[in-house]
Amino acid sequence: MAPLLEVRDLRVEFPTRRGVLTALDGVSFSIMPGEVLGVVGESGAGKSMTGAAIIGLLEPPGRIAGGQILLNGERIDNLRYDQMRRIRGREIGAIFQDPLTTLNPLYTVGDQLVETIQTHLGLDGAEARRRAVGWLEMVGIPAAAQRIDSYPHEFSGGMRQRVVIALALCAEPKLIVADEPTTALDVSIQAQVIALLKGLARDKGTSMMLVTHDMGVIAEAADRVAVMYAGRIAEIGPVREVVKHPKHPYSAGLMASIPPLDRRVEHLAQIDGAMPRLSAIPRGCAFNPRCPEVFARCLVERPALLATGATEAACWLYDPASEKHAPEAMPHG
Amino acid sequence: MLAFIISRILQALPVMAVVALISFAMFAYVGDPVAIMLGQDFTEQQRQALVASLGLDQPFFVQFAKFIWNALQGEFGLSYRLSRPVAELIQERAPATLELAFCAALVSLSIGVPMGVYTGLYRNSWLSRFFLTFSLIGVSLPTFLIGILLILVFSVWLGWLPSFGRGDTVQIGWWSTGLLTVSGLKALVLPSVTLGMFQLTLIMRLVRAEMLEVLRTDYIKFARARGLANRAINFGHALKNTLVPVITVAGLQLGGIIAFAIVTETVFQWPGMGLLFIQSVNSADIPVMAAYLMLIALVFVTINLVVDLLYYAVDPRLRVGGAKRGH
Repeated sequence: MAPLLEVRDLRVEFPTRRGVLTALDGVSFSIMPGEVLGVVGESGAGKSMTGAAIIGLLEPPGRIAGGQILLNGERIDNLRYDQMRRIRGREIGAIFQDPLTTLNPLYTVGDQLVETIQTHLGLDGAEARRRAVGWLEMVGIPAAAQRIDSYPHEFSGGMRQRVVIALALCAEPKLIVADEPTTALDVSIQAQVIALLKGLARDKGTSMMLVTHDMGVIAEAADRVAVMYAGRIAEIGPVREVVKHPKHPYSAGLMASIPPLDRRVEHLAQIDGAMPRLSAIPRGCAFNPRCPEVFARCLVERPALLATGATEAACWLYDPASEKHAPEAMPHG
Repeated sequence: MLAFIISRILQALPVMAVVALISFAMFAYVGDPVAIMLGQDFTEQQRQALVASLGLDQPFFVQFAKFIWNALQGEFGLSYRLSRPVAELIQERAPATLELAFCAALVSLSIGVPMGVYTGLYRNSWLSRFFLTFSLIGVSLPTFLIGILLILVFSVWLGWLPSFGRGDTVQIGWWSTGLLTVSGLKALVLPSVTLGMFQLTLIMRLVRAEMLEVLRTDYIKFARARGLANRAINFGHALKNTLVPVITVAGLQLGGIIAFAIVTETVFQWPGMGLLFIQSVNSADIPVMAAYLMLIALVFVTINLVVDLLYYAVDPRLRVGGAKRGH
């Protein structure tokens, strides 16, 4: 089966007064139809920026400086604004982090849904409104036929995120880019919203790129996961594999820092140091200053993604040509 | 809604009372109207008679109560200078000022808002930079200078437009309008532009700043992510969200235009209330000044009420009562 979305060697740069910063460097991955790809990493690792690049809404002066983004085998990274506009919403839907600020406060949720549906599907007002009510019901808004004429401020945060989900899905895109869709919500609501998203994506056969820093959300909803570090993909593979048997020392550290529920621990594991600033990414592997397994080659050469078992990791430990090899199992917890 | 309007009117009453007190206090403390009206030669009997006829021999509170009572009936006494009823003078002059203010507001909004939107959307284009520089001139040049420059260019050099007066007016009931004759409209152009110039640049800069602010918001990004057309995003979503502050400022400015048309009216010898006020100040014509003050206060209070009602129309979050909170 051909992938729905393919990102090849994506490079995003920010020209600044002090030189060009590379925010994303050589990011490659693909998403199959119906697949949910989780993207995790620390703040500033480039997760959200990858999503923004895919929907063609990088904040200026950020720009795609290299690589390709293909949707259904056709390049979308070089489209003109107006061509890309027709793809946004129609082919690729987006969900943002904070439902309190994502909806226009001056229009009813119905107005916003009808506007989106009419823009992309060219339906008449009555039919668009009928569908809008249908979408509100589908995302679990009670008494949708009445609530459709309510303004965003008349809904709670969780309900608003449901409205945002309806807005992202209402033109039936094949791919959803969900950027931290649950981060701003109450913990008790998060699970509901994730279950809703996952259920709708499955029912409609929609693929999803789920950006989050919450491993719980990934484990719950994603099929595969990409771990990002300093604008690069450190490891990518099936969720179960990456969570249980992380190959990259960074993923291993990330998984180890999740507090276990089944036993008491004195200290939570942490990865020493901080992610380097974009202007100070070290030579070789970006993780080398913090890596417990670092050896000479890591300081000089930058590793590409290397297949290792079920996952791919960008780490020299998995290159047979390296003089040092991975220990039998990554230290975990 | 009705309760809101009534509460607003009740809040306005103390404001009006204070203004009335200040207006009235002028009678007692600004100049000596008796001396002005009598001139050089007078007898003590004449003076006494005038004081009695103006009611100036009565106690302060009696005079004030009388003043309020008369003001409520639109009665502000006789002008010291012209010896005619003040209400009549104001009625004669008000249409000129109101038409001028209305045209100035129209000029400033109909040009200022589009310029603000344009400079907000294309902030790096050379036209935006030109507008901004131009607006700086509008903000910093004093009104009288703009008026005089316009007269120099359009009346003296080009001879296109009249430099003073209202032109021909048409009487509709007590309202004399200059909007229905060619010479009246021509006479309106220069004073309206002069009076509206500051407001225009202010509104342009305000709309620009608000547009820049709104265009950065998440709901605009989300509107783009939904693939809406630029037109719908810029005007439907962005511009509407800039309106609340713009309405506030435009409303206050309209009050300002009416109240402070004095300079423009003086430059263009515009037969409006501002000119009447200046002439009254020169001759300490206190009844006219008091009435003018009261009228301007009323204008501000009314505009504030209208502005509050417009908020309601624009922003659903301000509509109380109708909101049912979800959970």
